[in-house]
Amino acid sequence: MLISRLSRVGVWMVKELYRGRCTSVSKNIRRPHIQFCQRPLFESHPEDKVFHSAIFPKSHNFSAAAASSNAIEEGSEQKETISVTFVNKDGEEQHIQVPIGMSMLEAAHQYDIELEGACEGSLACSTCHVIVMDMEYYNKLEDPADEENDMLDLAFGLTETSRLGCQVIAKPELDGIRLAIPAATRNFAVDGYVPKPH
Amino acid sequence: MAKLLARTLLTRDYASLSTNPFRVCVIGSGPAGFYTAEKMLKAHARAQVDIVDRLPTPFGLVRSGVAPDHPETKVVINQFSRVAKNERCAFFGNVTLGSSISLSELRELYHVVVLAYGAESDRVLGIPGEDLIGVHSARQFVWWYNGHPDGRSLNLDLNSTDTAVILGQGNVALDVARILLRSTTELAKTDIASHALAALEESSIRKVYLVGRRGPVQAACTAKELREVLGIKDLFVHIKEADLHKTLADEEEMKNSRIQRRVYELLSKAATSASSHPISGQRELHFVFFRKPDRFFESDEKRGHVAGVHFEKTILKGVGSGRQIAAGTGQYEGIDCGMVLKSIGYKSVAVDGLPFDHQKGVVPNVGGRVLSDTSGDPTLLENGLYVSGWLKRGPTGIIATNLYCAEETVASISEDLEQGALAS
Repeated sequence: MLISRLSRVGVWMVKELYRGRCTSVSKNIRRPHIQFCQRPLFESHPEDKVFHSAIFPKSHNFSAAAASSNAIEEGSEQKETISVTFVNKDGEEQHIQVPIGMSMLEAAHQYDIELEGACEGSLACSTCHVIVMDMEYYNKLEDPADEENDMLDLAFGLTETSRLGCQVIAKPELDGIRLAIPAATRNFAVDGYVPKPH
Repeated sequence: MAKLLARTLLTRDYASLSTNPFRVCVIGSGPAGFYTAEKMLKAHARAQVDIVDRLPTPFGLVRSGVAPDHPETKVVINQFSRVAKNERCAFFGNVTLGSSISLSELRELYHVVVLAYGAESDRVLGIPGEDLIGVHSARQFVWWYNGHPDGRSLNLDLNSTDTAVILGQGNVALDVARILLRSTTELAKTDIASHALAALEESSIRKVYLVGRRGPVQAACTAKELREVLGIKDLFVHIKEADLHKTLADEEEMKNSRIQRRVYELLSKAATSASSHPISGQRELHFVFFRKPDRFFESDEKRGHVAGVHFEKTILKGVGSGRQIAAGTGQYEGIDCGMVLKSIGYKSVAVDGLPFDHQKGVVPNVGGRVLSDTSGDPTLLENGLYVSGWLKRGPTGIIATNLYCAEETVASISEDLEQGALAS
């Protein structure tokens, strides 16, 4: 009985979507019609937005994005940024200027570099895994904390010089650091799946 | 009803979008579903992705699997919400594959259907007494404390016993133990369902056994979860020192696995630093290694209720390539308890018209392309049908594993699209 009632609600929701002629749920499923759906599904809270704009300024807050890019420009004049090179999965290099104090995860996202950040820097995932390409630079970093090591345990394609991008913070000694983003798919294949020839 | 749904899905207004869309339907809105949608939208400008879920709410196990005291793990919802906000993406909740709409209907409606509905059932032990009252799967318990609509009605009695046995030592087992043992004042500050908090406040459970078939070197948990459960305030932790003895084969296993090394270190540190006896009233956590459940026994006073678990002692046996499995020794030992939570793995459920490997509990596939049968012949493909996440590779891994899993499936779709294998 409950199932059929729920399905009716489902059909109703779908109908409403159609009537609303809208392709985005965020604007539509708002009304608290069913008990599990009392809050808008895809509406973020104000405090989330603040958090977003800290990490993804481009997509969420134009003024913040503008402000931070100004900061980068001013910073480079005063030599308060360092040069960082990201080497992506295909081996292509991207050179960016990162302000002192900023994490490599934030920096990568500011420059649209494809580095995942599922937990947004809260040390609860390993998706921003980067490989420091020179041991010399790796040794300039402070040792990873237990919490970072716990996450690195689960990183795909872990190496001796692996770190989480969110924990590598720009400082003057790191000027010129090169970070590789691991080729995840390849590592995934090694991890368990055995590809069969076509 | 299916017809109405079909019409609705088809007649969505695409006016502002591509005139020649590549229509993709993703079944399931957990990490596998959302990562697949994200990669699909990124890979193809013409792709329009509908995500369908049987629940009214999205995010699957991020919502009903991740422990309520791990809000930082749930942050990934922000990323998934951005995917859902994409104008080429839509979410349809409360639509059940198999009853609201059939797989064959969906395959007619869309160029591509990706199944990512995970694993909503449990592996069973197949031993006597498994259906006694008080024996539950950890999944049911997790759904219950996370407020999953299907978990609300779980008949859970936390008041008539002081001991719970958890079978398994993976992260789900550790989550479950933590929820049973943490103070409710602390739990009250988390995302936990209010009905669960109320029941836990009245709980009489003081002693939890975490039982594994193999040894501390093979424990399936991660360091983070272990550190957390060992760090619970005012908890007496007991690990038998004799269990920490390592064989040469164990040393070899540890050499090849950083995570096993770190988990073992944490366990041995906990074993040596713990006090020898609990202070009166202190909650207790006992790690029990080398025990294989043999049968559950029934209570004498309460008919039909579980009163304990009978275990067979085990030793490890090498099976090649460094792997060791537990073998029974013929010696037995019981643990009395009034509740058992089986945390021995999830299992996917098949739907009509879907090839399914019942032995492995997954959909037979090559790189996410669904195969017509389980013969393993990679040329017998189901056109336009793909699979991602636990349904594709089995119920293991972390949220991020689905990222790579989805990447692989989307790469297969892209390849098939380029080769003209998919009608568009």
